[in-house]
Amino acid sequence: MPEIKEITSNEQAAVERWEQETLDPVRRQRPERKSHFETVSLEEVNRLYTPADTADIDFENDVSFPGEFPYTRGIHPTGYRGKLWTMRQFAGFGTPEETNARFKYLTQQGQTGLSVAYDLPTLMGYDADSPLSEGEVGKCGVAVSSLADMEVLFDGIPLEQVTVSQTINAPASVLLAMYLVVAENQGADWRKISGTLQNDILKEYIAQKEWIYPIRPAMKLVIDTFEFCTRHVPRYNPVSVSGYHIREAGATALQELAFTLRDGIEYVEWGVRAGLSVDEFVPRISFFFNAHNDFFEEIAKYRAARRIWARVMRERFGAKDPRSLQLRFHTQTAGVSLTVQQPLNNIVRVAIQALAGVLGGTNSLHTDAYDEALALPTDRAALIALRTQQIIAEETGVAHTVDPLGGSYFVESLTKKMEDGSLDYFARIDAMGGMVEAVGKGFPQREIQESAYQYQKAVERGAQTIVGVNKYQMDNSSSDIPTLIIDEGVRDRQVERLQQTRDRRDNGAVANSLEALKRAAQANQNTMPATIEAVRNYATLGEICDALRDVYGLYEEPAF
Amino acid sequence: MSQRKIRVLVAKPGLDGHDRGAKVIARALRDAGMEVIYTGLRQTPEMIAAAALQEDVDAVGVSILSGAHNTLCPRIVSLLRERGMDDCLVLVGGIVPQEDIARLKEQGIAEIFLPGTSTEDIVAYLRENVRPRV
Repeated sequence: MPEIKEITSNEQAAVERWEQETLDPVRRQRPERKSHFETVSLEEVNRLYTPADTADIDFENDVSFPGEFPYTRGIHPTGYRGKLWTMRQFAGFGTPEETNARFKYLTQQGQTGLSVAYDLPTLMGYDADSPLSEGEVGKCGVAVSSLADMEVLFDGIPLEQVTVSQTINAPASVLLAMYLVVAENQGADWRKISGTLQNDILKEYIAQKEWIYPIRPAMKLVIDTFEFCTRHVPRYNPVSVSGYHIREAGATALQELAFTLRDGIEYVEWGVRAGLSVDEFVPRISFFFNAHNDFFEEIAKYRAARRIWARVMRERFGAKDPRSLQLRFHTQTAGVSLTVQQPLNNIVRVAIQALAGVLGGTNSLHTDAYDEALALPTDRAALIALRTQQIIAEETGVAHTVDPLGGSYFVESLTKKMEDGSLDYFARIDAMGGMVEAVGKGFPQREIQESAYQYQKAVERGAQTIVGVNKYQMDNSSSDIPTLIIDEGVRDRQVERLQQTRDRRDNGAVANSLEALKRAAQANQNTMPATIEAVRNYATLGEICDALRDVYGLYEEPAF
Repeated sequence: MSQRKIRVLVAKPGLDGHDRGAKVIARALRDAGMEVIYTGLRQTPEMIAAAALQEDVDAVGVSILSGAHNTLCPRIVSLLRERGMDDCLVLVGGIVPQEDIARLKEQGIAEIFLPGTSTEDIVAYLRENVRPRV
């Protein structure tokens, strides 16, 4: 349109006038601190953003209003004035008894949702008594080997009323089954329970690398949960498509955004191929992003995420239900940004990162504890992390107005750049045949490794500052805080309960249900009903995953 | 005769899959002119010791973030010593609480590098401490 061009050239002329008359004399007198200013993703940032930088953004179509397509400004017309984000602290350590107590403590302190961290044996589908579990039981999360552990974990927590997020991927269908059986035994109606299963296996191959089966059968298990939840647990989110781990592995903000949304597209494609209709299951797909140090880059990332998803769902998949177009996401502050050195500084980092999540319109939030570069958080550290959210929500005033940074030349320009960059990545991944193919070729893995290495080099040459690490260092600055110690007796106690469970259950019924699961997997049927039956019979996580390992085999990562 | 290049096995024991650190270190050591062998994920101490012997490395760099270091790292040291690799340095990088560091060193871990360590410091450490071989 000629009118827009004319405005652009006027605006450009105004900028040039300002540079000559006002900027240049000052720069000649006092040069800037650096010749280039870069985000934490090593993207260059300009000195000033003006209307000339947003000339290609159309307010009505690209920015619009909150609660309206393309949802750049948020999915709720009232922002946080109606309902604050859910304060959902990721917690789990030691035995189910200990984690149950931490859940109750956090709830008493005003937390509004639960989020379970499982230990590595659970994440990898091994029981506590497996030789491979040695040294790992209860260390990075809570140990769950069977329904008996899950019953203790949610003892006294009404699953029909509380929303629970479970961070579990390769064996997600089994943990979902355990959760549903515990809910059923509490008398809860599956149609009323809500919560989220991470269940994002693509990002495991890309970044976090906690896989079990080869990628295609693993994708099929994800789709089984979509089908099952669509029919029987309609308010439950069966997947949380996660950029968090992609970012932690070293991706830039743009790579995090692009790979995560392309993963989301892949799940939608697989769901449609399995016979689900878009508007039937896409509304229950949720997302999970990182909140890293670079404040405005992060805010732009969240705003772009909503806009891209809305457009892709409408244009690529023909979604009609507004809920299919509305990207809902959880945010967690960047664990990778926490420092061992001068650990109390982490409280400040977390507060600023959390603020970015809030200004980006996150639907739920986890704030890291200041001691997490050293160990899992103590009660005290976990409490300060929660209080940080409460201070942002109730003292700073940032939740009073919707999308307060909307219209900022800088933020709108960054948001557009994020969108354009993501579409470029989508085109490259589409050309490879989709995300499953791209992952098989190691494409996102290599992109992330390269970014991680470039970032490390930038830190080492001082181009990126980490306070207390490469600048403002102090000696012995990490030894002054207490850390949580997981005692080695956790494994003994878990193995004991596992033994009791194996002694008490009907082992014939267990064997039959595991055979039924194998038959379902071999026949390419939905595995959820057989998984639930095996769980009800107290088949262990390791036994159920072994049955599927027999059918599907194991994933071996090629050298990338 | 010129000194041979320093050979390092970068190893990732236990169930944890977070390999960002291991891969960054492997590349930094390679860029510094060392020969680096990366084991891949989920190697048992036995597999790591066997690879170290087969590759005749000067040092094993163990990346561990999961809290299983007290169980896994001393075992790697003792398996290397059983195989006669008395000079092979075992270095640990990752999340290790202060109170565990002294004990790991008593058990034969040469050095522990915590988060925030520069790759240049690790390169310098290896150059100073690997026993020269021709």
